[in-house]
Amino acid sequence: MSAGYLARRLLGVVPALFGVLAVTFVLVHAVPGDPAVLLAGEAATPDRLEEIRRDLGLDRPLPQQFVTYAANVARGDLGVSISQGRPVNAIIAERIGPTLLLSGTALGISSFLGLLLGLVGARRPYGRFDLVVNTASLVGYALPAFWLAQMAVLVFAVHLGWFPLLGYTDIRRELTGFDHLSDVGYHLALPALVLAASEVALLARVTRTGLLQELGRDYVRTARAKGAAEDEVLNNHALRNALLPVVTLLGTRVGFLVSGAVVIEAVFSWPGLGSVIVTAAQQADRITMLGLVLVVAVGVIFANLLTDLLYGWVDPRVRHR
Amino acid sequence: MEAPGQALLSVRDLHASFHTDAGVVKAVDGVSFDLRRGEVLAVVGESGSGKSVTAMSLLGLLPSPPARVSGQVLWKGRDLVGLAEPEMRKVRGAEIAMVFQDPMSSLNPLHTVGRQIAEVVRLHTTSSKRQAWERAIEMMDLVGIPQARRRAKSYPHEFSGGMRQRVMIAIALACDPDLLIADEPTTALDVTIQAQVLELLQETKERTSSAILLITHDLGIVAGMADEVLVMYAGKVVERGPARDVFYRSRHPYTLGLLAALPRVDDEAADNRLRPIEGTPPSLIHVPSGCSFHPRCSFRRLETCSVDEPPLAAHGGEAHRAACHFAEDVVSVAPADLQRSVPSAAAAAPGP
Repeated sequence: MSAGYLARRLLGVVPALFGVLAVTFVLVHAVPGDPAVLLAGEAATPDRLEEIRRDLGLDRPLPQQFVTYAANVARGDLGVSISQGRPVNAIIAERIGPTLLLSGTALGISSFLGLLLGLVGARRPYGRFDLVVNTASLVGYALPAFWLAQMAVLVFAVHLGWFPLLGYTDIRRELTGFDHLSDVGYHLALPALVLAASEVALLARVTRTGLLQELGRDYVRTARAKGAAEDEVLNNHALRNALLPVVTLLGTRVGFLVSGAVVIEAVFSWPGLGSVIVTAAQQADRITMLGLVLVVAVGVIFANLLTDLLYGWVDPRVRHR
Repeated sequence: MEAPGQALLSVRDLHASFHTDAGVVKAVDGVSFDLRRGEVLAVVGESGSGKSVTAMSLLGLLPSPPARVSGQVLWKGRDLVGLAEPEMRKVRGAEIAMVFQDPMSSLNPLHTVGRQIAEVVRLHTTSSKRQAWERAIEMMDLVGIPQARRRAKSYPHEFSGGMRQRVMIAIALACDPDLLIADEPTTALDVTIQAQVLELLQETKERTSSAILLITHDLGIVAGMADEVLVMYAGKVVERGPARDVFYRSRHPYTLGLLAALPRVDDEAADNRLRPIEGTPPSLIHVPSGCSFHPRCSFRRLETCSVDEPPLAAHGGEAHRAACHFAEDVVSVAPADLQRSVPSAAAAAPGP
């Protein structure tokens, strides 16, 4: 991969980020609700409301507010939360860890299981295993996350007692070191699996279909004519070609994973960004909402950048462009 | 190694059919031929005549199901039909190698060409990675790819069509096969590149005393290369014999039609239009009764041709055979301009 390619891709991120900033700023301000009223309460006097607006800079014209905000963001300052009175940076720093852990684990599980199931299914298309995986993934993809999450809690946490009901750690115990990690892992398992479920389903189907398509291609016939065994044909030739659409899909699913995490975090009381986003929206806390949306957007943009780079690594035709 | 004088490849009554929802497609219907070392056998016919399916069934490359193959493919005295897959794999690529039609899609776009040549070496020999790579470079050199050592690290998309076909040939020749099956090896190439690739095939055959099964619909190529010709129509052999006999003394109306359809640059006749064979190839699910060519034939006599299937009978010597009730009429009618000169490779247009 050339340095020029990397530089060009990185440069492309800048206008994308600015676009996201501008659009979310406008959208957030289009949402009805006056932060001053929310802060001071319905009974506040007009003078008091005016004072709050002046303090927060809300009395100034929108373009001016935007310039101030953009300049702050450029310095890495996401502002002060209206409802909590704390810097948004601090709120995000505190909550982003659990969300990254949850989404990252779900991404890992779904990539691994999705590819594995797709690969095994494509080995014997329309065989028993393939039919089971296909049907299960259709159902898995169709089920809404909130329903699946509650059912999982009911079955695996309440009835079977295999997993804890909710939370990030066991708050009744003070644990350190390895014990702490295994406790987090124990709490993480069920929400991560539920979050991964629909992604596994999607990836398994895309991988299987892609593989079957690649197995019909001319270069696969060449590999067979060379005397390669069917496993070698599948693993050495078809799989890497079939991975191209999967890589693309993975990149675009990162955004969905984060939004899915909002629901899952609510069901499992997971102390991530999800609950902060929900609370900020309920309280019309524009500054917090903006900051959170920006962080998620940056995550998605960089996930896509990573996808592009990964794509170039898998496919030499992209690399040389 | 086959016994002295024995054919390298002996195909007997080969059938290949596909079971589809619409019915059974008989793509190859009772094909027999022999191929000896140093020989080039050309299989000609229109698209859908069963040429490629014949080649694929020799190597056991047809997907089964839906394909069903029966008959005998005697390779060095051993029947390849029904041979267990692990045994068949030892034959594929090592003893019988294949070059496919479209070099654009027949190479894996994600692997370097060196790796793709080395792969076949690694599959059939005990050589190390290093040795296989050296062999790949040697093969690229042999098939005339300049700067082989450097180019081995390139990907297929960095090569031209002709160079890619050379890579395909390098893959096919890397394990010194006894038989090279070339399925329309030049159809996707420019005319000048065609000639180079054919020359390369010819040289290889002479150097290694192997045999070539050349599948093509380009009669110009056949005239330039083949010793024996097999003309296929609707899955059956309708004429076969030494190339000169089939060209100069065609005994089957279909062969005659193929020859007449050749575009000619030396044609002094007023119109230079192509003369296609009337009609279209039949559906291989519902093959016409009697002689399957009779609906398109200008020599037919319905009371005979639509009822009796003509046998592949000898005409003017044991080697030249044709499946036509009126073979003698055909040979006498053969137009003079078809006998004057055999079309050269350069005169023949690339396939459709």
